[in-house]
Amino acid sequence: MPVGRTAPAPPAPGTVLPDTPTPGPAPGRGPLRREGPAKLTGTALYTDDLVFPGAWHGATIRSTEARARLLAIELDPAFDWSKVVVVTAGDIPGPNIVNSIQDDQPILATDEIRHHAEPIVLVAAPDRALLRQAVGQVIVRTEPLAPVLDPLASDRVFVHYEIETGDLAAGFAEATLVIEGEYRVGHQEQLYIENNAMIAVPRADGGVAVHGSLQCPYYVHNALKRSLLLTDEQAQVVQAETGGGFGGKEEYPSILALHAALLARACGRPVRMIYDRHEDIAATTKRHPAVVRYRSGVAADGRLVAQDIEIVMDAGAYCTLSPVVLSRGTLHAGGPYACPNVRIRSRAVATNTPPNGAFRGFGAPQTEFAAEMQVNRIAEALGESPLDLRRRWLYRPGDTTPTGQVLRESVAAEEVLERAAEAAEFERVRARTAGDRAQRGPDARSAHGIGLALAWHGAGFTGSGEVHLASVASVELTADGRLVILIGSTEMGQGTKTIFPQLVADALGVPMDDVEFAPQDTALVPDSGPTVASRTAMVVGGLVIEACRRLRAVVEERSGGPFADTYRADAGTHGATRIDQHFRPYPGVDFDDTTYRGDAYPAFGWASAVAEVDVDLDTGEVAVRSVVAADDVGRVIHPVLAEGQVEGGTLQAVGYATIEEIKLHDGRYLNDRLATYLIPTALDAPRISTILVEAPFSGAPHGAKGIGELPMDVGAPAVVAAIHDATGVWIHDLPASPERILAAMDTLVRR
Amino acid sequence: MIEPPLVSPPTLADAYRLLAESVYRPIAGGTDVLVQLSGQLGPPPDRLLDLWRLDELRGIELDGDALVLGALTTYSGIRRSAVCRDLLPALVEAAATVGAAQIQNRATLGGNIANASPAGDMLPVLLATDATIVVGSIRGERSIPARSFWTGYRQTALRPDEIVIRIRIPLVADRQVRFRKIGTRRAQAISKVVVGLSWVAPTSGSPWRTVRLGLGSVAERPIRVTATEAFLEGRLPTPDTAAEAAQRVAAEIQPIDDVRSTADYRRAVTARVLHRLIREAGSW
Ligand SMILES: Cc1cc2nc3c(=O)[nH]c(=O)nc-3n(C[C@H](O)[C@H](O)[C@H](O)COP(=O)(O)OP(=O)(O)OC[C@H]3O[C@@H](n4cnc5c(N)ncnc54)[C@H](O)[C@@H]3O)c2cc1C
Repeated sequence: MPVGRTAPAPPAPGTVLPDTPTPGPAPGRGPLRREGPAKLTGTALYTDDLVFPGAWHGATIRSTEARARLLAIELDPAFDWSKVVVVTAGDIPGPNIVNSIQDDQPILATDEIRHHAEPIVLVAAPDRALLRQAVGQVIVRTEPLAPVLDPLASDRVFVHYEIETGDLAAGFAEATLVIEGEYRVGHQEQLYIENNAMIAVPRADGGVAVHGSLQCPYYVHNALKRSLLLTDEQAQVVQAETGGGFGGKEEYPSILALHAALLARACGRPVRMIYDRHEDIAATTKRHPAVVRYRSGVAADGRLVAQDIEIVMDAGAYCTLSPVVLSRGTLHAGGPYACPNVRIRSRAVATNTPPNGAFRGFGAPQTEFAAEMQVNRIAEALGESPLDLRRRWLYRPGDTTPTGQVLRESVAAEEVLERAAEAAEFERVRARTAGDRAQRGPDARSAHGIGLALAWHGAGFTGSGEVHLASVASVELTADGRLVILIGSTEMGQGTKTIFPQLVADALGVPMDDVEFAPQDTALVPDSGPTVASRTAMVVGGLVIEACRRLRAVVEERSGGPFADTYRADAGTHGATRIDQHFRPYPGVDFDDTTYRGDAYPAFGWASAVAEVDVDLDTGEVAVRSVVAADDVGRVIHPVLAEGQVEGGTLQAVGYATIEEIKLHDGRYLNDRLATYLIPTALDAPRISTILVEAPFSGAPHGAKGIGELPMDVGAPAVVAAIHDATGVWIHDLPASPERILAAMDTLVRR
Repeated sequence: MIEPPLVSPPTLADAYRLLAESVYRPIAGGTDVLVQLSGQLGPPPDRLLDLWRLDELRGIELDGDALVLGALTTYSGIRRSAVCRDLLPALVEAAATVGAAQIQNRATLGGNIANASPAGDMLPVLLATDATIVVGSIRGERSIPARSFWTGYRQTALRPDEIVIRIRIPLVADRQVRFRKIGTRRAQAISKVVVGLSWVAPTSGSPWRTVRLGLGSVAERPIRVTATEAFLEGRLPTPDTAAEAAQRVAAEIQPIDDVRSTADYRRAVTARVLHRLIREAGSW
């Protein structure tokens, strides 16, 4: 049953309400966020709030060139180097590699410098003034090399994919309308509130503990073990309160933790590395820029009969997560539409720019923007409503995707589309804007437009990813009768710490306040996989529920009474009981990573958005007035947090669509400060109405499919379609900036 | 961030004396100075001179036929001022576009003037209204017309020992003043183009006299486009006037491509906004 935002709906089935009078929102809205009061009152401890007596401050000396040969690192002899420590690549005990998918990214550059922000030397000092002086006395000698900056000109391919189904030539032969398009999207910065931050503390056993702002404790753990030659115990990773991630703290914390740990080993003290915003924007990962080309064929009867798609993603200097980002982008490129003949070819290439990485949506927003632009342009060419066209083409249960996956269940494309269109009165407003457009004179001051988009988003890791991850989640009834959730999954503002106690309370039949959450410390919790890919509620949530069911059965069998009444006494008698739940492949889900055939995802989430904009015809400025977002998340666990995800994701998509843009010069980001990299403010935010749709996934015990990334896929194409509806121009490149809109309108007038 | 030593003189006379003795960077609201210090934009000053305690530099008052604003007047102060709202609403409009509430509470008009950014939002209004910048030092006071105050990229006519003490804006009968700011977003945005336009006309059917067109973000400093002004002088706000003025202003400016926008956009938007303002004045 769908849960609406505007109409206060009764609690959805499966929505867990607090049994105790916890202060919180009205019934059905979910309990208060667990960590909310501490954050609101300023008592939550973020990395920079943590005090380690005697800690030194660390700094990174980076390249100032996009590509160069590193000739020498010289320390000015006039400076007293005994007061500080300096670390270069030679000081790394193990491999000089940041552990990731490929072994290509060095912790510190040795020979070739491959991007503008590449770390070369690390320095730590007891205070910031001395640190600044020391940094100023390090001389890096280099010899410039010619950089590769255009991804289309790059011949270094990190990874490529090809998906083919049906007979493309036959499809185009049948087509009576062929639409081609090339779409470009640029970098996007995550701009979490808290910058990347890490403190490394030497351990008595020769290892190191790091405390930091991060999404994936075990990624960092593996990186430390490998390059510092540590055992599982010697490497300890503790997540501090984390002020947002959006993917920007998925992989980057590994290199930062290595830097801090190397300095801590060198000086034998805790070392703090807290990036300021400038360093954070200049050096950390962004959303991959992409060039996406489409050729789509439509038959005389209006069926989509052929799609030929080519994707080039700019990975930046190192591979990082590009193979999986590209994979997701490739698998979603066809959009949520049935088509018998499809070819999708994609590659991620190297350029001499800082490496790109994970960002909410993970490759899908890039290709789905392009896919939706195609659909809207085809609708225009056919003279058909973009809503009607989607109604004909969208996936329904039983349809087959380009990888041969049969969509057996949990297919809500139609429902999200219809609900968004209905709530936004899409056709009525579209008729009105068409009338306005027809009557508008050349001197009109502004124009109103409406646009629609539809998307799908694979739930959980791609392909056999979840099988390889082999996640473990645990629930423990402690000897003193407490209930503790043990997972490595992190809270970064999205609600992990609130929904997991909810799920456990529901599964065990106990009040939510009786459920504790163990700290995200690799010394205490198992590896439940990274907190990415909107997988936590679905995959880890499922494991925790299974663990609870087992725990409940064990205790109830021993006690003969209901769990809630007997577990404390049970702990007194039997001591601690801990259940470790291991991931088991979803039944019937099978994917071949080499041929790219099969079930790319166990299930998909579905999203639709309708945006309305006003465009200032003098200046090309766009005001996004409203977005109606309908998102199918399988099962709503916490309505307020779910709506928060949709609202935040929608606003991030509005920024992506209209103003967010990294400008580069010679491979360096020009706008690497908050004064120049702009995201929407509260005044720029549209009115967002959220409709939560529930098409449960049977493979997860609670039916949830994840939500975080869905809204990011639809916002930009909906806004750009609305700009077209207002102005008559198509903006093929994101962001649809006033500069691009005005230029396109000029061309339209001249034609 | 390097934090230079700071002195806070209690009176203007003390401030003048200190400035006569050695070189200080004045700091008023600090909303530019602190960004420059923390971002390490340019070499840090050796010493800061805090102006915040100098109440002599505060206050908004009517002095004969002029509006006089102390250098420490904040944007919130301008927005709250009934005198400004009644007599120079364009100044209030401009103040309302600067940063957002926190910045408006702290940032000063004097700071905007002395900072001399080509994108300073208040500066085109001061150009369009023939404002005078009154500066002072131990040697006394002098008045500098706005049109000769900004001399180059972030350069002013201030001597090293001088500070801005007040701004004098003549109030002219039958004068209309218009302001438009084009930024990337609706708050906290540095301008892509700023337009301040004024003219004198007793009725909407009278020809325009004393036309002033001040522009920001289209040159290395805030400028007046005197050729376009001369064209508009004596004309009625007709469609022909608007079309011709738009073309002329586009030809008169040489904006650049930078991180915020492009030369083409700036030129086109300046022309279109001017066209729109003339059209609105002519009510056609
Ligand atoms: C988040 C943010 C948003 C902003 N948004 C805008 C905006 O929208 N539009 C805009 O125009 N600006 C904007 N600014 C810039 C800034 O707020 C304005 O320029 C402001 O008017 C500066 O005033 P201040 O008192 O803070 O100056 P300060 O930072 O104290 O000083 C600025 C400069 O002027 C000098 N100075 C200050 N007062 C005097 C004086 N009386 N005599 C001589 N020299 C003096 C200082 O030495 C310094 O060089 C923004 C700044 C920030 C941080």
